Amino acid sequence: MSKRVVIVGGGVGGTIIANLLAKKMRPELKKGEVVIDVISDKPEHFYQPGLLYMLFGLKHHDELVRNEKDLLDPMVELHLHPAVKIDKDKNEVHLKNGVVMKYDILVLATGSRPAPDMIPGLKEGGNWFYELDACMKLRHELVNFKGGKIVLTIGLPHKCPVAPLEVSYMLDEWFRQRGIRDKVDYTYTYPIGRLHGLEPVANFAAKTFPKHGINTETLFNMKEVDVNKKTVTSLEGVSLKYDILITIPPHKGAQVIEDSGLGQNGFVPTDKFTLKMEGSNNIYVVGDTTNLPISKAGSTAHFESDVIVENIASELREGLTPFRYDGKVFCFIETGMTKATYIMFDYNTPPNPVAPSALIHWFKLTYNKVYWLTPMGIL
Amino acid sequence: MTEEELKQLKPAVTVDARGTYCPGPLMELIKEVRQQPVGSVIELISGDAGSAKDVPEWLNKVKQEFLGVIPGDGFWRIFAKKVKDM
Repeated sequence: MSKRVVIVGGGVGGTIIANLLAKKMRPELKKGEVVIDVISDKPEHFYQPGLLYMLFGLKHHDELVRNEKDLLDPMVELHLHPAVKIDKDKNEVHLKNGVVMKYDILVLATGSRPAPDMIPGLKEGGNWFYELDACMKLRHELVNFKGGKIVLTIGLPHKCPVAPLEVSYMLDEWFRQRGIRDKVDYTYTYPIGRLHGLEPVANFAAKTFPKHGINTETLFNMKEVDVNKKTVTSLEGVSLKYDILITIPPHKGAQVIEDSGLGQNGFVPTDKFTLKMEGSNNIYVVGDTTNLPISKAGSTAHFESDVIVENIASELREGLTPFRYDGKVFCFIETGMTKATYIMFDYNTPPNPVAPSALIHWFKLTYNKVYWLTPMGIL
Repeated sequence: MTEEELKQLKPAVTVDARGTYCPGPLMELIKEVRQQPVGSVIELISGDAGSAKDVPEWLNKVKQEFLGVIPGDGFWRIFAKKVKDM
């Protein structure tokens, strides 16, 4: 009887795992000994980091989407019906169309999404660029902006922890190009007592923000937004006035995770080395879906996927799962419209940003074009 | 609280942030204090010496309770209690 690997989620993590596993287990797939299924709630695969560029008119929607079906190995079965319940005791995933899929090994790759409604007034008063419609709305606000106060606020948890820095540097240069930088009062807030969670990145920001004219307010955790007064107030008791409020909203995981009792706010308790769901032997968790205190980023999902694929293949072939995730993360950081730096770190090695350069910026722009090779399991 | 009293606590959640640089221990604690119900004890295990200072400062600022810290070998067990809605 064949072994069935079911992957819930067709984002970067779920798609890489499906494709790498299909390559690695080709003989078993051909003989029908292993079956790989991907469950996704939408037919398109969206390159989310592209939204940062779309905000400035540097990317178009068509450049950021592909059909998930076209990205998947032909031997992987795609089910375009949302998962509505996961029964870990019966090894079942229930789809919205009534189909119940049994699994031998389950991969949870359901991701995270902005949840601005977690902060009173934020959905109505805030603008964010982490989702397509919201990004386009903010783009229109910015293009029509003639000057005034912009405040950037950050909720917890959130994905892509360097994006708040990137958008700040890029907005500074973009307003300069438009000749209105002197009319823009820009304030970057951050939840803890420095400018970024990563200390070397915080130091980098502290050194570079003054020359970009970026004001800062640390220890600022949003409590509420008053849409009428146009103020955002923190738990720490500070109130800031804004003309445009840009926010990285707090995030939640997928509803199906919460509804199935697998994790608070949709994030699944996960072993930081094996990437198995705590208390489970046949459920792996990847990317934003874990509750691990590490960056929610595409690269995290990418590096975790390599480990999960090796362990699934090894388990199916030998009954062993010896591979361990070392916490590796890699992030480009745009430091304006023409230069970038990057950071790389793991559980044992702190990051150390290098001097920004045009070369790294061009590398990032190139990656934006060839990203599709990543979910395909080629890059 | 004394170390012995801290060791008797049964936290609603324990966040082991050792070896994790981003988002970092204090942000993990802030996230948990926000999402746990009032009355919950939250334990943060941090390998960052600064946490033993940052965490009580933030808790004091937002008027939540700092219960104490147990120093370990290269890490700190920090205990907080959510005493009011936020």
